[in-house]
Amino acid sequence: MMKQKINILVYGYGNPGRRDDGLGPEFIYLVDAWIKENNIDYVFTDSNYQLNIEDACTIRDYDIVIFVDATIEEIHDFQLVRVMPSEKVNFTMHAMQPSFVLDLCRKLYDKSPEVFLLKIKGYDYELKEGFTEKAAANLFKAFAHVKKILLDPEKIPVLNGSEIY
Amino acid sequence: MGQKITIEPVTRVEGHGKVTIHLDDENNVVQTRLHIVEFRGFERFIQGRPYWEAPVLVQRLCGICPVSHHLAAAKALDVIVGVGPDDLPPTAEKMRRLMHYGQFFQSHALHFFHLASPDLLFGIEADPGRRNVIAVAEEFRDLAVQGVMMRKFGQEIIQATAGKKIHGTGAIPGGINKSLTIEEKMKFLIGKDPMNIDQMIVWASSAVELFKDYHRKNRDLIDHFAAFPSSHLSLVRKDGALDIYHGVLRAVDKDGKKILHDVDYQDYLDYIAEEVKTWSYMKFPYLRAIGKENGWYRVGPLARLNTCDFIPSPLAQKAFEEFRSYTGGKPNNMSMHTHWARLIETLHAAEMMKELLEDPDILSGELVKKGNKTIEGVGLVEAPRGTLFHHFRINEDDLIEMANLIVSTTNNNEPMNRAVELVAKEWMNGKEKITEGMLNAVETAIRAYDPCLSCATHALGKMPLQIELYDVNDQLIDHMQT
Repeated sequence: MMKQKINILVYGYGNPGRRDDGLGPEFIYLVDAWIKENNIDYVFTDSNYQLNIEDACTIRDYDIVIFVDATIEEIHDFQLVRVMPSEKVNFTMHAMQPSFVLDLCRKLYDKSPEVFLLKIKGYDYELKEGFTEKAAANLFKAFAHVKKILLDPEKIPVLNGSEIY
Repeated sequence: MGQKITIEPVTRVEGHGKVTIHLDDENNVVQTRLHIVEFRGFERFIQGRPYWEAPVLVQRLCGICPVSHHLAAAKALDVIVGVGPDDLPPTAEKMRRLMHYGQFFQSHALHFFHLASPDLLFGIEADPGRRNVIAVAEEFRDLAVQGVMMRKFGQEIIQATAGKKIHGTGAIPGGINKSLTIEEKMKFLIGKDPMNIDQMIVWASSAVELFKDYHRKNRDLIDHFAAFPSSHLSLVRKDGALDIYHGVLRAVDKDGKKILHDVDYQDYLDYIAEEVKTWSYMKFPYLRAIGKENGWYRVGPLARLNTCDFIPSPLAQKAFEEFRSYTGGKPNNMSMHTHWARLIETLHAAEMMKELLEDPDILSGELVKKGNKTIEGVGLVEAPRGTLFHHFRINEDDLIEMANLIVSTTNNNEPMNRAVELVAKEWMNGKEKITEGMLNAVETAIRAYDPCLSCATHALGKMPLQIELYDVNDQLIDHMQT
């Protein structure tokens, strides 16, 4: 277990009414159950349809933030990447990227938590309930990976760049 | 050489859309169109589901204003379970209203501070790299923080009343499933600075003043940009007051003459029809009595302040009187004044949240009523972007067999198209070079309506901004992506 108190926020986002787009919020259900079962007191969760400006305020009080989102990118199952602040403007404000939220947090509150993005590969985003079989498998693989990190967060290296874990 | 310009998607609006502008050989605008993704598939999605699921299911339409869909569906189902709008238990109606004002507050704050303010603070033709919320955060930090905290406050009101952020369950057919706890109430009333309702009222008041100051300094832009005469439609309370949750349907023409006389929205199909055009997935609603050609209307903040007679909260009423006196009591047809109207509504929402939080009914009382079930009902609310219609019919197995939704952005389809055409002609006609600033002017006109253009699918890798130039033969001659 960890030697030092580190507050971690795991924040899933997406629309559960659009099949695999709901992987982020579903990940939070898994984390919540795991926190409860294991009496974990340093991991906190949040979820929403999408990231927005108020999340700059939400993340300011944590040491580590792991955002969780579905992706259509060509990745293998899932990918955990470090997020660096970016001024790059989103094309709409209803879908802020984690890098933008982090940049806003730094500019508004002078706080800079270590931020990661867990991308889970999804395949179908139509208006329908339930995940595709492959997305559900990716979800559990990603959860197994992140659990190990949550149990020993000090092992997350403090580096600059876009390393993949 | 004639050109076709495509702006896809439009930036800093909720969701995405596409604008095409056709120019002739002398660079005069000959045709403009705003294309928008529609929700029609959702109406089929909901058919066959038990009616009581609808208030939760409809939130899957959109992650931008789920509360509006939640409440409109619940109101339609109130009718189906035999509980008329005037029969809801006071606690249920007040909790729903609190949820709704919370949504208005956060949605309007987001729009003004973070979607519209970059155009106003830096100018429509400013460097696009600086014309965004990050630049606002750098140069107007206090203002940006206000916007963030106002949005957060509204979101927390929604969570407390709807039960959770995603797929809230607060409103149910015939009532609500929870009241507020004393801890929740006190947190909002006297929470640690700045997260309390008094601070929100102060900030909302200062936002109105900010706009008025900007207006004084930029009167020509604000009064003339995308201004055009139109009719206006919204809910109003039976006594003519602004009411975003319940009332009767009223429409006025460009001169203020009533053209829809405070009718019961259960009969909306008698008064409103929708036209289909071949080039758009989104329909064009119009008032039947006036016809397709001239029966279109605007909805949203500007329309609401043009149709109502007064605002039932003191600070917003004072601001409303100033707003109305600017046009001599006549309807205000200046598109950029929508921002002014939106900020007055933000102030009204803050005042109403305080009134409701101080109301003892919000803490306890009967939550649900039952009545004699019927098979059909219409629910209508004013969403932040305008009037939202939900209409459901169920079968003998309690399954939804028909759903018809007219969303706010659909109601504003024709006005947005007219605004695009007006601005495109004014800014581009005869110009040798089409600049990014000109294209942003078109987008600014659209943004005044705060359209919600698509559902909340937002998976990584989507939503590039593309501007494409075509010649008269539809051959791509230039391409830009940001």
